[in-house]
Amino acid sequence: MGRNRVVVYPDWCKGCGICAAFCPKKVFAVGLDGKAQVVNEEACVNCGFCEPHCPDFAVMVIPENDVPETPEPAPTEAKEETL
Amino acid sequence: MAEITQLIHKYLRHNKKFPLVFCPGCGHGIVLGSLVRSVHALGLNKDDVVIVAGIGCSGRIAAYVDFNTVHTTHGRALTVATGIKMANPKLTVIAVMGDGDAFSIGGNHLIHAARRNIGVTALVLNNFIYGMTGGQCSSTTPEGAYSHTSPMGQLESAFDIVELTKAAGAAGVSRGTVYHVKELDALVADALSRPGFNLVEALTPCFTQYGRGNGFKSAVEMFRWLKDSCLPIERFEKLEDRTGKIPLGSFVRRDIPGLETRYAAMCEGVRRKKGGAA
Repeated sequence: MGRNRVVVYPDWCKGCGICAAFCPKKVFAVGLDGKAQVVNEEACVNCGFCEPHCPDFAVMVIPENDVPETPEPAPTEAKEETL
Repeated sequence: MAEITQLIHKYLRHNKKFPLVFCPGCGHGIVLGSLVRSVHALGLNKDDVVIVAGIGCSGRIAAYVDFNTVHTTHGRALTVATGIKMANPKLTVIAVMGDGDAFSIGGNHLIHAARRNIGVTALVLNNFIYGMTGGQCSSTTPEGAYSHTSPMGQLESAFDIVELTKAAGAAGVSRGTVYHVKELDALVADALSRPGFNLVEALTPCFTQYGRGNGFKSAVEMFRWLKDSCLPIERFEKLEDRTGKIPLGSFVRRDIPGLETRYAAMCEGVRRKKGGAA
């Protein structure tokens, strides 16, 4: 089975549940903390649904052939500047 | 696929407050992603792209992306965009508006922008309601739908954005949804690369203000509704019973040069005439 890595940035996820509801392989589930969690990473087939459909850019799928040795760093932390 | 998220992070202003200000399940973030991917696919320079946004939830989009951005007053995004395009026609100007912004308060600006075919791309995020101000009905709220100012159901009929813009003479009109992201990417990229006034209507669910009052149990259900009720225009035309169905795709593609091109040609003509007379 696949060795795609699936990452959810918990700081950016709002737990809307779109990834959990529409993932054809049921890779995600919304946890008790109200954030999406990766529960079935092995099943991921890299179909390309979750990344463009995440409204908060919180999901990242790293395909099998370019999984790096160390996990991707999370995006820059938010700073205390208002809009 | 990892490049999609990484690509978007490249175009965001990371000194802003994240996560995005939108409610959970709001489709505006998906449209933002679509816009970024389209700009990247066309190979446009960040400094050559101007995002003009009005007021409303959609107006927040301008704050997050690292292009030249203007946040204007309510309904006036297109007027500012028109000025920018006339002053510097080399720029790619995108007006990001909500349905209330584009069709209720800025409705007049929109039909005249379409009539004079200024070379601006209008991206209208239609969520059927005034989301930011508290859920009042807008001019695109469907008949019979609940909103805070139509608690017994909306009495007025809604604007068909596509038909209106088509009739006003726009060079390109298309409709996509946030569920059908790949198609939306293609529509936005197509609109950005064509001359004249091009409008893309993106249907995006507003669960907080619209969905809860209209029988949707979750934001996911609104996405399911988009998935079930929207279909490509070719298939829509073959349907016998079209109630509740929404056609998607490109509705109009006219080859009309933008106003800024015609203006430059006119200036050139006048200059030549004067030079000949002297």
